[in-house]
Amino acid sequence: MAIITMREALRQALDEEMTRETGVVILGEEVAQYDGAYKVTKGLLEKYGPDRVIDTPITELGFTGLAVGAAFAGMRPVVEWMTFQFGLLAIDQLIHNAVKYRSMSGGQFKCPMVVRGPNGPAEFLGGQHSQSFASYFVHVPGFKVVAPSTPYDAKGLLKSAIRDDNPVIFLESEMNYGHKGEVPEGEYLIEIGKADLKREGNDVTLVSFSKPVAMCLQAAEELAKEGIQAEVVDLRSLVPLDEELVYASVRKTNRAVVVDEAWPKASVGSWIQAKIMQDCFDDLDAPVEFVASEDVPMPYNHTLELEVQPTVAKIVAAAKRALYRS
Amino acid sequence: MRPIKGYDKPFLSALLREMLLIRRFEEKAGQMYGLKKIGGFCHLYNGQEAVCSGAAAGMQRGLDRLLTGYRDHGHAISLGLDPKTLMAELYGKATGCSKGKGGSMHMFDYAKGMWGGNGIVGGQIPLATGSAFAQKSQKDGGATIVFFGDGAIHQGAFHEAMNLAATWKLPVVFVCENNQYGMGSAVDRVSSVTDLYVKGQAYNIPSKMVDGMDVIAVYEEVKAAMDTARTKFEPSFLEIKTYRYKGHSMSDPAKYRTKEETEAFLAQDPILLLKGRMEEAKLLTEDQYKDLDRELKDLVMGCVEFAEASPEPGYEEIYTDIYV
Repeated sequence: MAIITMREALRQALDEEMTRETGVVILGEEVAQYDGAYKVTKGLLEKYGPDRVIDTPITELGFTGLAVGAAFAGMRPVVEWMTFQFGLLAIDQLIHNAVKYRSMSGGQFKCPMVVRGPNGPAEFLGGQHSQSFASYFVHVPGFKVVAPSTPYDAKGLLKSAIRDDNPVIFLESEMNYGHKGEVPEGEYLIEIGKADLKREGNDVTLVSFSKPVAMCLQAAEELAKEGIQAEVVDLRSLVPLDEELVYASVRKTNRAVVVDEAWPKASVGSWIQAKIMQDCFDDLDAPVEFVASEDVPMPYNHTLELEVQPTVAKIVAAAKRALYRS
Repeated sequence: MRPIKGYDKPFLSALLREMLLIRRFEEKAGQMYGLKKIGGFCHLYNGQEAVCSGAAAGMQRGLDRLLTGYRDHGHAISLGLDPKTLMAELYGKATGCSKGKGGSMHMFDYAKGMWGGNGIVGGQIPLATGSAFAQKSQKDGGATIVFFGDGAIHQGAFHEAMNLAATWKLPVVFVCENNQYGMGSAVDRVSSVTDLYVKGQAYNIPSKMVDGMDVIAVYEEVKAAMDTARTKFEPSFLEIKTYRYKGHSMSDPAKYRTKEETEAFLAQDPILLLKGRMEEAKLLTEDQYKDLDRELKDLVMGCVEFAEASPEPGYEEIYTDIYV
């Protein structure tokens, strides 16, 4: 199996789906001539031409809304937001149009589009470029929300997202674009809505998605040194949520830690924490622990910004609390 | 006032009929709202009928698409939606054009090119531009027309969409229905310019002001703009000056404008203007008009009967039409 980066896995998915269907077009800032701010769309302009790989002005509301209209007309636009932070300018077009036209019209419209780009904290970016908005989309009925952590998952999920007839929010991580992993040569799809066990263990379940999954795996290594076998569940999809796999793991280990790099209040992590407490109450031997970012705007200083986010040490400590070990 | 010479009787009669149908439909909707048969926000179109009727006559049915804001009953009628299904939608019934899930602000018929009313001021403008993007990309030969009010013109959605349409040469016609009040705010209280069509010039989009009380003027300008969009992939912007007789919505007594102002516009009522011109040209008699009016009043009464007799959507509909 080839070892490739996350950005190459995403690029392959786009390339294959653009070959497969002419209705797939890419719209975003610097996606064409510049090859993408993070080089995810590298070479696609040359291969597919300026009618399908389209540089937009810096108007997130305008081009995202345009993509929604094109999707209603039967195209399959893939919108790249240079970052989900900029996407806030466009969120009205997604919430009120991409999602609601189907229900408000009694099922006459469908919106086969993908919005993808980096989400969540990165490094040295300060308060306006380093935050996770997963919960904004998970909160609204009608989106599918995907957040892969490995190149293999990213490729298979992006291909499924492009073929999906619903609007799919595809959350990437700036810090992960250079991460490498095994990806098979041939075509494969990963079903949206299926979580993945990234590590098996019997003592405690660590549940996460996107960038912090790697931290959970490191934490599991640390815990193993102390004889604690942690199981790591990578949600991969936030909507639909694979409750079955999460609950099966918790029913096996009887303890859980949820890790989310977003702010804690009304977050995806707090929602999953509540769901496990409610639905697995009789199986739990301890309250479900939650590790999130601190409830503060992201500071620029590197020492502080790392301390604000979940860390391996915080996850290890939370797992031990769940095990009543210190 | 544009001359009607050159237009045949069936064409003019159809315009007159449609405008009068919209007027009577809206009056009945207002009445049923007063009787609490209809709830929520209900924005009536009385006074603006020439805009959607003239515009729809300039569209190519089956090819072109239309989007508008929340004052959308008239546009739906002009695109040929059965007024029975519109009244049923106002009642929230299963037989409504949006299965009772849309309501007054969200009348849809995808197959007829009615891409609905949008409840977010200006929210439909980027969508329309995307529809036009797809029409160009898919080479389907059609164009898209989008309506919005004078209140929407200050939204970023308008400016971003205009820039995209002009830069990418998309077959879309932007129509500002300037009824001169964004809810209760007169245009000159919220806009640095009062001739709104000038805003199109900043985007190098051909822009014009059109008399929205003259259905022939609306028809001619929209048809020309849509033909240009369809054949040359060039967008246009029309500011169509009009006036709403009623308040912004059913709860608005419209105390922010004078009786004199409203009366001046009532004197150039778009329906009566066309009626007068047709009578002058001996294409219509007073008796024929009265017969038509009686027929349409019966028709909208039939819409009410249909809506009243229609079933409520079942509880099972709560979870349908969300995901594909």
